[in-house]
Amino acid sequence: MSHMNPYVYIAFIPLLPLFVFLLLGLFGRRYFKTSSGTTGTISLLVTAALSIYAAYQYFFVSGKTDGVYQKIIAMKYTWLQFSPNVSIDMGIILDPISVMMIVVVSFVSLMVHIFSLGYMKGEERFATYFAFLSLFTFSMLGLVLSSNIFQIYIFWELVGVSSYLLIGFYFEKPSAVAASKKAFIVTRFADLGFLVGILILAFYSGTLDFGVLISRLTSLQSPEFLAITSASFMGASMLTWGLVLVFIGGAGKSAMFPLHVWLPDAMEGPTPVSALIHAATMVVAGVFLVARLFPVFCFDPSALQVVTYTGVFSALIAAVIACTQTDIKRILAFSTMSQIGFMMFALGVSQYGGEQGLGYMASMFHLFTHAFFKSLLFLCAGAVIHLVHSNNMKDMGGLRKIMPVTHISFLIACLAISGIPPFSGFFSKEDILLAAYHSNKLVYAIAVFTSALTAFYMFRLYYAIFWSKGVPSSAAPHGEAAMSMKIPLVILAVCSLLGGFVPIASWVTSDGLPLHTGIDMAFSALPVLLALGGITLATYLYKSENDRPEKIASSLGSFYKLVYHKFYIDEVYLFITKKIIFNCIGAPAAWIDKHIVDGFMNLLASVTEKISYLIKGMQSGKLQNYALYFFCGIVGLAVLFIYITHN
Amino acid sequence: MHPITLTHILFVSTALFFIGMFGLFTRRNMITLLMAVELILNSVNINFVAFNKYLYPGKLDGVFFAIFIITIAAAEAAVAIAIIINLFRSHHSIDVEDASEMKY
Repeated sequence: MSHMNPYVYIAFIPLLPLFVFLLLGLFGRRYFKTSSGTTGTISLLVTAALSIYAAYQYFFVSGKTDGVYQKIIAMKYTWLQFSPNVSIDMGIILDPISVMMIVVVSFVSLMVHIFSLGYMKGEERFATYFAFLSLFTFSMLGLVLSSNIFQIYIFWELVGVSSYLLIGFYFEKPSAVAASKKAFIVTRFADLGFLVGILILAFYSGTLDFGVLISRLTSLQSPEFLAITSASFMGASMLTWGLVLVFIGGAGKSAMFPLHVWLPDAMEGPTPVSALIHAATMVVAGVFLVARLFPVFCFDPSALQVVTYTGVFSALIAAVIACTQTDIKRILAFSTMSQIGFMMFALGVSQYGGEQGLGYMASMFHLFTHAFFKSLLFLCAGAVIHLVHSNNMKDMGGLRKIMPVTHISFLIACLAISGIPPFSGFFSKEDILLAAYHSNKLVYAIAVFTSALTAFYMFRLYYAIFWSKGVPSSAAPHGEAAMSMKIPLVILAVCSLLGGFVPIASWVTSDGLPLHTGIDMAFSALPVLLALGGITLATYLYKSENDRPEKIASSLGSFYKLVYHKFYIDEVYLFITKKIIFNCIGAPAAWIDKHIVDGFMNLLASVTEKISYLIKGMQSGKLQNYALYFFCGIVGLAVLFIYITHN
Repeated sequence: MHPITLTHILFVSTALFFIGMFGLFTRRNMITLLMAVELILNSVNINFVAFNKYLYPGKLDGVFFAIFIITIAAAEAAVAIAIIINLFRSHHSIDVEDASEMKY
């Protein structure tokens, strides 16, 4: 580019939170004891403003060339040069998905920051909390802007670390420590797949740069494409292996079955953190990763099948489990898993470009709308927990009179997630269902059922919190919530209400060309009616206190118990790790370590000791002995030299 | 009268060397040890001068070496006596057997 790069300021979008993290992390507890919240929030405000300006500049001013949105490399530095062709770069890529993501991430993070000002007030580690939030935001912004597959991996791990720090924020609680360890280990385990996938893709394509990698692996004639598709391992081509392994990394972060076990436990963190993890950062990273490599995925139908079925299966079981839980944050966690499943299978059923690319657009659209209503749901839950001091919905009920703002916001979010027009979730979910309908009828059927189930369990939650019982007698002593907690709720409620009218379809598509979508009344009728049916059922069962839910639960008997215990997946993991891995692999390995490895070392040490014990008498401290040894040595050498020179 | 040959002189120097060696191994007094070392050095000096005279009569290399060794022996005596004085200050003795702490 000859002219001045107009996107240099993008670098400040991730760097500003990094700077705040360093500032608050190093000096927060001493100098910013009370002002750390405002510091973090103001910097995030600047970041969000820059992101929105970047989106404006990209989508309306200079992103398009000949009507197609381009991939723009805003910045690029070579960081590690391995060979003339292979290097790890640190760069910033701007394309529709990354621009959309920086807006979503910084906006939701800003809302979470503002909410946390009230929610975390008076915490001992207030400054540390905001430092970690900034780190989390920085990692996620860096992740979405990465121009290099290794760079994305670095930020990917940073996201993992910051989620670990935030989930385990209340580290004096053993359950929080266990949850943070679980989240870290499960996602780390999945990241192993990601790393191997990166190595496979990078090995065959000969580059780590996204643009070059995608162009090489998507042209049918290129030698790299021929090499990766002709090499095969265990019946699948290396392309499939690479993509599936990358997807495993994504599935770990996005809590897809069977790697979802960390997500419900991650609720141990402060509630605003859950909003951040679930709406904008962390869990959507996996969806983003698949979307980033989507042009390559399109060339491998089997990898896309894996994505589709993992997504739709996760969506279904999460929705089923959510119907039986009683911890409000866990219900929301399972609903996240279900919605992420929607985004995943939408990608899976999509093709590249044109009308066939509807699924890709729908997935990104759902990611966009989901960020608003899910963060709203979590922040409302946070406000409720702040008031009730309990996570269990049995301790709640009748709160609509006490907290009207939270009540209305929560209702809007519930309607949005249930897909009721004209709330935002309706539009994105319709697009997903339409894409599934055109591609795979089985997936479509499961998805429609799941979305009805979504409406049911969300309204079960809604009624349990705000209706059910009468107004609690011990009415809140300190009112609904602080102003800083109400403002984000209202802003996010407006976004959840109107988010569906944002023309994502004309901005974020797989090929950069605008896509024309319209709402087909006849097609939308079925999902909407089913969702309304779900809501009606929830109203019938949960609006006022009655014994109907118990009767249904007991009539379902063992199935209810199975679902209530989350299909015993945690127990299966525990069985596999504790009984099989610990006993069959861990114990023998420990034995080998203890007896063979340590034994060898002990043997070396004891032999050395014996020898030195034998010869230590030579060092007697007597000068004349030393002189004698010296003399003997000289005589020996003399004899040796005479012997050598005479032969 | 027989002329004095190189062998005679080497006999003297070898005898001197082993007398010094014997003194070095058997005596306990540090001063005596120092004297024994001087004997050894002087036996070497005799060798240098004798080889120079009998094998390379036109040169002075061996003589110069002897002069160097005498110089070094003087310096060495100074250092050794300093050590002995310090040893006496700390151990109230100049017997090498009494100064055997530096061991395993």
